Amino acid sequence: MLEALDAVLLARIQFAFTVSFHIIFPAFSIGLASYLMVLEGLWLKTDNPVYLRLFKYWRKIFAVAFGMGVVSGIVMSYQFGTNWSVFSDKAGPVIGPLMAYEVLTAFFLEAGFLGVMLFGLGRVSNTLHFTSTIMVAFGTVLSATWILSVNSWMQTPAGFGINEVGQFVPESWIEIIFNPSFPYRLVHMVLAAYLTTAFVVGAVGALHLLRDRQNPEARTMFSMAMWMAAIVAPLQVVAGDFHGINTYEHQPVKVMAMEGHYNSYPEGAPLYLFGIPNEEEQQLDLAVGVPKLSSLIIKHDLNAPMKGLDTVPDDLQPPVPIVFWSFRIMVGIGMLMVLVGFVSVFLRWRRKLYDAPLFHRAAMVMGPSGFVAVLAGWITTEVGRQPYTVYGHLMTSDSIAPVEAPAVAASLIAFIVVYFTLFGAGTLYILRMMNKTPGEGPPLPQTPTRAAGTTQLAAQRPDLLPAE
Amino acid sequence: MFDLPTIWAGLLALAIFIYVVLDGFDLGIGIVFPFLKSDSDRDVAMNSVAPVWDGNETWLVLGGGGLMAAFPLAYAVVMPALYAPFIIMILALVFRGVAFEYRWRDKAHEKIWDRSFFYGSLIATFCQGIVLGAFVQGIEVDGRAYGGGWWDWLTPFTITCGIALVAGYALLGATWLIMKTEGELRETAYRYAKLSAVATLGFVGIVSLWTPFLSPEIAERWFTFPQLLFVLPVPTLTAILAVILGWGLIKKKDQVAFPTSIGLFALCFLGLGIGISPYIVPRAITIQEAAAPDSSLLFMLIGALILLPIIIGYTAFTYWVFRGKVDPEAGYH
Repeated sequence: MLEALDAVLLARIQFAFTVSFHIIFPAFSIGLASYLMVLEGLWLKTDNPVYLRLFKYWRKIFAVAFGMGVVSGIVMSYQFGTNWSVFSDKAGPVIGPLMAYEVLTAFFLEAGFLGVMLFGLGRVSNTLHFTSTIMVAFGTVLSATWILSVNSWMQTPAGFGINEVGQFVPESWIEIIFNPSFPYRLVHMVLAAYLTTAFVVGAVGALHLLRDRQNPEARTMFSMAMWMAAIVAPLQVVAGDFHGINTYEHQPVKVMAMEGHYNSYPEGAPLYLFGIPNEEEQQLDLAVGVPKLSSLIIKHDLNAPMKGLDTVPDDLQPPVPIVFWSFRIMVGIGMLMVLVGFVSVFLRWRRKLYDAPLFHRAAMVMGPSGFVAVLAGWITTEVGRQPYTVYGHLMTSDSIAPVEAPAVAASLIAFIVVYFTLFGAGTLYILRMMNKTPGEGPPLPQTPTRAAGTTQLAAQRPDLLPAE
Repeated sequence: MFDLPTIWAGLLALAIFIYVVLDGFDLGIGIVFPFLKSDSDRDVAMNSVAPVWDGNETWLVLGGGGLMAAFPLAYAVVMPALYAPFIIMILALVFRGVAFEYRWRDKAHEKIWDRSFFYGSLIATFCQGIVLGAFVQGIEVDGRAYGGGWWDWLTPFTITCGIALVAGYALLGATWLIMKTEGELRETAYRYAKLSAVATLGFVGIVSLWTPFLSPEIAERWFTFPQLLFVLPVPTLTAILAVILGWGLIKKKDQVAFPTSIGLFALCFLGLGIGISPYIVPRAITIQEAAAPDSSLLFMLIGALILLPIIIGYTAFTYWVFRGKVDPEAGYH
């Protein structure tokens, strides 16, 4: 029994590790693919070579990030079977088809058109190339849509029955796909991906502005990123609030853990800003909170009663400290993002956006903040779902494959070593590419002409050829 | 006759076959990679697959995801049974996948990424061969779970299959290079194509003769009279294709060897199918037993019938855009 428990914990750590590494790349490439699409579109529309240089600059970075996303994604598609085979057997009939649709509609689309996007400029017409870029961007968002539907179904399962061998069987695909938490989670995650990318782009722009305030590429990318921060960050706060209310409706225990509500509050629950969850005593030590604010946020009523973890048996509670803290990290970063957005609007209004070294430094510090927020958010929602894999229906401890702890431990160590080495190297290369000044290289002609054929194009615009 | 589980077994077999051919040649390039003579040859070899490798590997994801979706029980049994080879294969694929970008980004450590590309490709291929062999030799099942030991997959037969697949993928890779390159690289490719062709055909012979001895059930299919008439075309066609392959390699017909090699793979795949059906986990779980409910299969089938032709269409388009011999000066790096 003890050994089985160890295998469960190890398998959970392994899944958490591989999926956390994996989510970093899509969170970045979803936003970056859309950014590339916008850049190429602006270039085709305006003929402004700055957009083309930016497109090529970020395309190289995209290629590395996307490659890491692909290989770390293959790991995920097999991990369900190697470590969680009982879960796969039981939930496969419901979530399997959704993932198959993800592969068929999204993965092939991305991978199929990626080749043309990366290597096809000058080989195919500009329209066809732009179409390929759009397809890649569309594919990344579509992929997010399917996998978030899967994840949301595990959080708020709907539209299924259970057959005689204990498998979840589909009864209504509409209810399964559009399960109660899916729309909220999808919006929240796609906005998070856009914000993550915007803050990376903003940080790179800020870095190069600090070196040269006149660099046109740096100015353009910084400006674009700050528009995103100013518009999307506040939207994300609203989306997050809706998502939270939805979670309270369907997974109240998760919200109790997020809020640190060990006790029930019949006359309005406080919002704790700080506290140290004490699992032994089932209380929040050193709590600092605003009375009744939690009830106001979640139930839009100062005096609305809210139940606490005292109404939930211990073995059905998620690990409160992890959920409590990761939630606070996510929200804290979100607030900082909103602040950056506001400051950027103010500076733009004062015409000082490119002449604010202190703000540029702040933007650089905020560069990786999106990744931290995305990871913290996912930890909140995934750990908050415990002790279930399919919320309310299938326990995590009943989902594990018949694997022995040493096998899981050995593969876990292998994943850790390989991921840190290879993805560490990849991250280093991405940082190096970001360190290169955008717009350097052979000068572009001032008035580009659009050529019809590729050979003509090659003769007139050698800079458009794939070789650099 | 053709119920949903059977159709899905056929579709999955098709997806796996497409994977084997497509990733086969690009893993094969990884296998012959260190034997290429110059840095520029290696650059060209890698660039010949750089635009398509992600797409090729997506078929593997479809294989895994499709198996889970259509035959969740089989997926739940096969993955733990082949735990180590699958994990090692996946990690090896990570090593080779990242090399496509990394080797251009870090010229100082190019050799490291070249090695990562070679060993990654080699080990991934070997593990796929092991998986194939272990699958054919049979998997022990207990209830709805794997019932065997952790090393059941490691036998002389599976190791032979592993080496056989390395030879086979090397053949696909080398014949792809013959088709896609010129000059000295093409000459080198011819040399290794001949070597790997001899090795591949030899291993096909060994594995084919060995397989019937693994189980009386397989032997019965190949060696009793009425069935024999149905299966006889497979070895006959294999022999014919082997002759054409030899002719193409000796006479240096650039466009012949690659398609012929694909044909050989198709026949081996068919031969394997003859030995395995109607099981999805050989001699333990049938296609029908492992199938997901019809509602799952139908929902997916609608999507697959619409989307697979589209996917094949734009995949073909990508290959068409990058058709012909590779220009050594091209590549976006």
